[in-house]
Amino acid sequence: MLNIPKANLSTRNSGSSPEPTHLKAEVQQLNFYYSNGFHALKNINLALAEHQATALIGPSGCGKSTFLRCFNRMHDLYPNNRYQGKIIMHPDNTDILGPKVDPIEVRMRISMVFQKPNPFPKSIYENVAYGLRVRGLRRRSMIDDKVEQALRSAALWEEVKNRLNDLAFNLSGGQQQRLCIARALATDPEILLFDEPTSALDPIATASIEELIHELKTKVTILIVTHNMQQAARVSDYTAFMHIGDLVEFGDTDQIFTNPRQKRTEDYITGRYG
Amino acid sequence: MDDTKVSEIRQMIIRHKRWDRLFALLGLCAMILGVLTLTVLFADLLIDGAHRIGVDFFTSFPSRKPESAGILSAFVGTCLVMLVTVVTAVPLGVAAAVYLEEYAPRNWMTDLIEINVSNLAGVPSIIYGLLALGLFVYALDFGQSILSAGLTLALLILPMVIVATRESIRAVPGSIREAAYAVGATKWQTVSSHVLPYSTGGILTGVIIGLARAIGETAPIITIGALTFIAFLPPAPIMAEAPFISFEWLFAPFTVMPIQMFNWLSRPEEAFQSNAAAAGVILIAMTLAMNALAIWLRYRYRKRIKW
Repeated sequence: MLNIPKANLSTRNSGSSPEPTHLKAEVQQLNFYYSNGFHALKNINLALAEHQATALIGPSGCGKSTFLRCFNRMHDLYPNNRYQGKIIMHPDNTDILGPKVDPIEVRMRISMVFQKPNPFPKSIYENVAYGLRVRGLRRRSMIDDKVEQALRSAALWEEVKNRLNDLAFNLSGGQQQRLCIARALATDPEILLFDEPTSALDPIATASIEELIHELKTKVTILIVTHNMQQAARVSDYTAFMHIGDLVEFGDTDQIFTNPRQKRTEDYITGRYG
Repeated sequence: MDDTKVSEIRQMIIRHKRWDRLFALLGLCAMILGVLTLTVLFADLLIDGAHRIGVDFFTSFPSRKPESAGILSAFVGTCLVMLVTVVTAVPLGVAAAVYLEEYAPRNWMTDLIEINVSNLAGVPSIIYGLLALGLFVYALDFGQSILSAGLTLALLILPMVIVATRESIRAVPGSIREAAYAVGATKWQTVSSHVLPYSTGGILTGVIIGLARAIGETAPIITIGALTFIAFLPPAPIMAEAPFISFEWLFAPFTVMPIQMFNWLSRPEEAFQSNAAAAGVILIAMTLAMNALAIWLRYRYRKRIKW
């Protein structure tokens, strides 16, 4: 099993930014067991570089979504799921899997965009404002500002600014997904998780979401699960390849796709299985 | 494909379609039988009682003279009893269902409670009457009052409210819950701003169907001792002087529509039978109106929700 040492990431200069890359989160010896005893993640070690996009690829059932959902403790919603190991979040060094850490606190810092657009059956405005309302924000002017900001960041503002009170269901699939991104962004998260965000969308909507992910890197750290290898190559700076619960290889996206070190990675990206 | 094969396929389709038509015919007959029976029943009541239905019928108390007897006290009694029933059964039922669906740990205790809630819906209503006689009328000393009757019917429809609420809570997709939790909502925030609002249509439908059953219940009300001849109204809930609101009506003796009907039916005079028929028409109309309301509410609430 290959574990890229953390030092590899922390000292490395990113191609796009002149400054050295900082770490946003470190996953240490992570194991995850579902309530039925299934060992879904096995000794995962990985680091997320701040303001970079990290992609998780691998065949169906390899545990990439399970891994992603550890980051906002979604597994806590269902009884008897069990984590082992740590996910340390920087700069405060909080272990977000720690038993004393409230999963709600984790979800306030780490937002998530789901596979299928899942807007609430409310207005466009209320969808984006919900995260703020949960945080007890009451001042209308403040919520207005934040909603506009989030919709702009999600490249949706121009399309919806005149119909903020329309039902979110009246938007197209791609717009709904961008609305979900706006909802996730409204609360200024530190990390944004994407779980196959374009698998339910057409190619044009997919392209707009990918472009958006690229822009969002200036604000947040991104972790994205995708079953589309071209997408991983297009949007991410780092790529992790997972297979049956193992993290097989982790490194620069360019290196993973042009010069994989592991046989299994090579077989997968050349389309021999998956 | 050669001709014989094509004609064989056509023959086969004709044979299969025969069953299609046969079943459609059977279904139509069954439907007509059901609807026709109800229509004839309603029409019969209407023919017998139509000449009695008028303003006087609603504004008169029962009387020894059939032509001057009315349903005022029974109508008011039914409305007040239903009010007590709604006010008790809805919060209790909805809260219990939310707890069972969203909060209760998944273990054998919860399973046992769930099975028994469904079983309670099948308990004969007279059993609830006996329970209420012992509990509300004697042990809690509410007497043979509107309060006792309302609470009895609330118990009766509680399982229905719980089951309907749970069904409609379950219809809210998990992805919506996850979306709420993912922005940092607590369980209560998720329930109060998403799960409950999105299942309101289903809950209201369940409540109204329950009430439509309760409005016609006679057995448990007789068991707790409703009077059959009431020629006065309960004290008014609003008073001219402070404290303006009175709850005395809760403890007033009462009668309800089905009991008034029962009372008239048991009289020997022919003319009282028309009164009973007229009261029956009004009772059916009330039930149908409630069901119509349920359908309308469901339509209104589901219009904006698609999943």
